[in-house]
Amino acid sequence: MKRSRFPFYMTIAILVFFYLPIIIVFTQSFNASRFGGAWKGFTFEWYYRLFSDRNIWHAFSNTLIIAFSSTAVSVVLGTLSAFALYKYKTRLQITHNILVYLPLVMPDILMGISLLLFFVSLKLGLGLITILFAHITFSMSYVAMVVLGRFQDFDYSIFEAALDLGATWWTAVKKIMIPYLMPGIAAGGLLAFTLSLDDFVITFFVSGPDSTTLPLYIYSMMRHGSPSVINALSVIMVLFTFIIVFISKKLLEVKE
Amino acid sequence: MLFRNFRKRKAEFLISASPMGWLLLFFIIPTLLVIAMAFRSADPYGGIGDQWTLDTLRDLRNPNYPLIIWRTVWLSVASTAICIITAIPASYYIARIKKRYQDIILLFIIVPFWINFLIRIFAWKVFLHPEGLFKQILVFLHIASPDSLLLYRPEAVLVVIVYSYLPFAILPIYAAAEKFDFHLMEAAYDLGASRLQAFTRIFIPGVRQGLLTAIIVVFIPALGSYVIPDIVGGPSAEMIGNKIAQRTFIDRNLPHASALSAILAFAVIVPSALALTRRFFKEKNSGSLGI
Repeated sequence: MKRSRFPFYMTIAILVFFYLPIIIVFTQSFNASRFGGAWKGFTFEWYYRLFSDRNIWHAFSNTLIIAFSSTAVSVVLGTLSAFALYKYKTRLQITHNILVYLPLVMPDILMGISLLLFFVSLKLGLGLITILFAHITFSMSYVAMVVLGRFQDFDYSIFEAALDLGATWWTAVKKIMIPYLMPGIAAGGLLAFTLSLDDFVITFFVSGPDSTTLPLYIYSMMRHGSPSVINALSVIMVLFTFIIVFISKKLLEVKE
Repeated sequence: MLFRNFRKRKAEFLISASPMGWLLLFFIIPTLLVIAMAFRSADPYGGIGDQWTLDTLRDLRNPNYPLIIWRTVWLSVASTAICIITAIPASYYIARIKKRYQDIILLFIIVPFWINFLIRIFAWKVFLHPEGLFKQILVFLHIASPDSLLLYRPEAVLVVIVYSYLPFAILPIYAAAEKFDFHLMEAAYDLGASRLQAFTRIFIPGVRQGLLTAIIVVFIPALGSYVIPDIVGGPSAEMIGNKIAQRTFIDRNLPHASALSAILAFAVIVPSALALTRRFFKEKNSGSLGI
């Protein structure tokens, strides 16, 4: 029977839908008109303004500090979780499993407000440290899920063989298990890093006066600043994302 | 007995203690705190009062809230429905082409979502801008009148929610469709089924598990939307998330914000707990989350 063309048209329509707004932003970033709209000539002005804004660089460095440190901690916690969930089949681990799953389905705004209330009732000053706690909390479950996926194919008898041959438990972990898990840990870490870079809602709730991150700064620009500068920033960020993805792809290819 | 048990399971306890402790401290306790705060009174200085009360919950009968809750629900249901209905034919198409092309199209679907979430929503604000090109085209084609507004209405929120979560609907349905045996459809044709019959009675049940995942990953974040209605919605398209943020940051009425959050939390936890237990009993298969 002849195949219907409808699924093909739908796929094309979806791709157009996905790229149309982005293309508009790209063109508007070179538009001399201050509030977008009609084309008033080509300009680099918005890019100049963007690079002369010092606050952006401050926000960017805050974002990187949080992304790197929250990734480091959530990778450790998530890997421990995955190990426990893989190795032990006890009632405790069923609870553990539910605990790890729940943050994945919790909407950001709920996690944001609950952490805000929690920090306020502990009288903890809001700032980088509270953002860090929040980011670790929402990324560790993702790391645990990704690493657990890698664990599914791990042959535990290799680990036991190392122990039988006289390796200490720690040596066996270091020489057998961690190298095997490494692709999973790296993928989980990359996921945690991007989640942290991208997060706005939760950070918005738990941030303090001097802990503006890049998404928070973009938000305040969207509210009060010139939209054209955000267009320029969007283009830079898109290019930046592509470079990162390209590099990480190349790195993975070399490894395999 | 307990002690011996503990010694035998010392390693397990040691390993589980830190991740479980972290989630208990920073996830479970704060969530319970939100629910508890819904029963507290607010003090006039933006803090939390000392008394336990049901007044906060009674305040939710304020005629504004049912309207906003209703809007939140219909926007979430409608966006989930649109995502699923468009994702099914797309996933079907992608799953049937050559593996090489599959990878390319999937990459094209994922790439826009590497862009920062706020920027993607902002792009829609630029796209739907009253003086934007799109509006001018619509006016030119006499679809829209020059003074009609594309932004700041519930339909704009709906479109942007679909935009934000459609890839998360396509990926699990595609993952299921990719494992689906398309010979079954040819068998159905041979047995006299029409194209539509084969599609609805063979293909759709075949990707059931992917559909369920897709519904969850679209519906739950849609219910909790806050940034999307905040940026493209405006006052006539507010959702529960906006009210929670307003009560928190503008009125400084934390008990009120908590009461709204508690409602949202129940609306989210009940369906996801149902789906999780269903999946748990059906097949112990992780990695089907589509990450």
